[in-house]
Amino acid sequence: MAATPMPLEARNIKKRFGDTEVLKGLSLQAHKGDVITLIGASGSGKSTFLRCMNLLEQPDEGDLLMHGEEIRFKQTRRGREPADWKQVVRMRAKLSMVFQSFNLWAHMTLLENIIEAPIHVLGKPKKEALEHAHALLERVGLTARANAYPAQMSGGQQQRGAIARALAMDPEVMLFDEPTSALDPELVGDVLKVMRDLANEGRTMIVVTHEMGFARDVSSQVIYLHQGVIEEAGPPQEILANPSSPRLQQFLAPKY
Amino acid sequence: MELTTWFTDLLDGNLIFTPQTLGYYWDGLVTTSQLVFLSLLAGLVLAVPLAIGRSSRHRWISLPIYLYTYVFRGTPLLIQLYIIYYGVVFVDGIQESIFWPLLREAFYPALIAFTLNTAAYTTEIFRGAIKATSRGEIEAARAYGMSNALTMRRIVLPSAFRRALPAYGNEVIFMLHASAIASVVTLMDLTGAARFVYARFYAPFEAFLFVAAIYLCLTFAILYFFRFLEKRLLAHLKPA
Amino acid sequence: MLDLQGYGPRLIEGAGVTIQLALLSLVLAIVLGLLTASAKMSRNWLLHKIATLYTTVIRGVPDLVLMMLLFFGGQMALNVATDALYDRFGVDWYVNLNAFAAGVLTIGFIFGAYMGETFRGAFLAVDEGQIEAGRAYGMSNWLVFRRIRFPLMMRHALPGLSNNWMVLLKTTALVSVIGLSDMVRVAAEASRATHEPFVFLIPVALVYLAIASVSELIFVRLQKRYNVGFGGH
Repeated sequence: MAATPMPLEARNIKKRFGDTEVLKGLSLQAHKGDVITLIGASGSGKSTFLRCMNLLEQPDEGDLLMHGEEIRFKQTRRGREPADWKQVVRMRAKLSMVFQSFNLWAHMTLLENIIEAPIHVLGKPKKEALEHAHALLERVGLTARANAYPAQMSGGQQQRGAIARALAMDPEVMLFDEPTSALDPELVGDVLKVMRDLANEGRTMIVVTHEMGFARDVSSQVIYLHQGVIEEAGPPQEILANPSSPRLQQFLAPKY
Repeated sequence: MELTTWFTDLLDGNLIFTPQTLGYYWDGLVTTSQLVFLSLLAGLVLAVPLAIGRSSRHRWISLPIYLYTYVFRGTPLLIQLYIIYYGVVFVDGIQESIFWPLLREAFYPALIAFTLNTAAYTTEIFRGAIKATSRGEIEAARAYGMSNALTMRRIVLPSAFRRALPAYGNEVIFMLHASAIASVVTLMDLTGAARFVYARFYAPFEAFLFVAAIYLCLTFAILYFFRFLEKRLLAHLKPA
Repeated sequence: MLDLQGYGPRLIEGAGVTIQLALLSLVLAIVLGLLTASAKMSRNWLLHKIATLYTTVIRGVPDLVLMMLLFFGGQMALNVATDALYDRFGVDWYVNLNAFAAGVLTIGFIFGAYMGETFRGAFLAVDEGQIEAGRAYGMSNWLVFRRIRFPLMMRHALPGLSNNWMVLLKTTALVSVIGLSDMVRVAAEASRATHEPFVFLIPVALVYLAIASVSELIFVRLQKRYNVGFGGH
């Protein structure tokens, strides 16, 4: 067992939808404090890879480990499934996810959204959850919108609220699935700023994004996916500044 | 009281709407309300687990429930009422059971028929609402470590109930109107009272127009109640 | 084998009555529905008010009460009218309002209101641009209606139409209460006479299910036809 605590590791993840193999054996190691960005064209498999990490998609092959603890799988008629859903639930509670389309629960106010899982999944006392929630709302700049329903907030506000909801779980790793892709350009900045702050305070994050500025400035590692394969990976200053793969060069070339 | 004298004066010259016949209508109103309210309540209680079962991906759970709703939604309530009203006598041992004194009256067979009927419709209304739950919201619940049961209880059902509100309001009005057939099995509900007054005075317009007006008022009361509920409970769906 | 104790032929006759009643009411309801929808969309203030009153009252009162009002009240009104004819003009003419006609009239009248709402929604859902396109190519009003507005409208109206038909079909059972010998009345009579309710009522329930299932198939086909070009699958 490794000496350094590794909150999340994926080994040789493969996934197919019907006849197409979308992930062809991907691995990733997230050490504490790492900010890993997954980049690539749409259809490259980056979102699917992320969704395999908290088992919203079931990988057909490969292993997932949290702090060296392996998620157990079994074969069923429907395919490969986790052997112990309790283990998955425990794992997911430590991996908060932020979605492209926010996915705030529409029938709850923002505040209720934030305290929901801490109370009902982690079993936190309500008072404590509320205190934490108010602190988080202040942090993402949404104190005034605590009692608003998601439909009453702008996309940028919803996404910052969703990040507060994710933080309320005290996650060990935060997964971001294209968090700014559904936003109007003028709203992207606020969300990115919150994410930069999180990275700077040493959160472990895995981010699927199209924001190259964010990838360059914030991440400790950039992984470039092409058709379900890791084409190139490394620190941003190396691979973004001097990409060796022609495909990545083309991907990074300014579009006009 | 001035109002009472005005009222008795009004009734004085009227041969049909005597205090006695108004008493029949009042009793009818009470019977109709009891019948509708109790069957809706029982139907609602049945419909929640049935709707969850109907949404199950296990065929052996969802299929029997679908069969039940298909049969009860596909046949006239009158037939269901007849089958239960005439058929209850033939259930083995029922006449010796403690329920017999209750079931011998028309009220309880009618209540059972109405309950089973509204439960079937309500099940399908809820199932539709459950199915319409946004996939993203369910995914978020899973991603935050909620079990299936917790997701159902905290995320799917609360939002589904709200979404089902307008359709359920229609079902309540539908049940009020459907309850008029209780008079066919000798119950003195509102329509039963009207039929009685019609038969006694041979005054179809007075008897039925009066009861129609009462139903119309009840319908509007239900309509406005549900509008009020929707305003309060569906506020979250409207942009500010 | 199912022993219908001699009620078989009457039950089959009753089923015929049910089907005729349902179909004739449907035709009347569609006609009234189209009229109501046009009245509701017309700029004429009075027409609009009348149509609104009609749909509101119909949707606020139980079918059975309306049916009794029309059947019993209608008979009385006819009697008054024919009596007057006799007194004034010596014309001896007696009309007995039959339960079948009363049934068709009431059910058609009730569902005309529901159809009106369905058609109105469907007409409003048609994209005006397509109507304009028709006009722009020199089509007459009638041609625009027949070739463009109606088919487009039907796509939106069919789900509501199908739903109304299913409810209408079940509503026909109510005419048994005002004395029409449809299959429900025959089955109820037989149940009382033979003390075997299940033998008669369950087959009748199955006939309703069968009619509903066949109708569903027909509507699915119609829906496919009018959905051509939308959805594209």
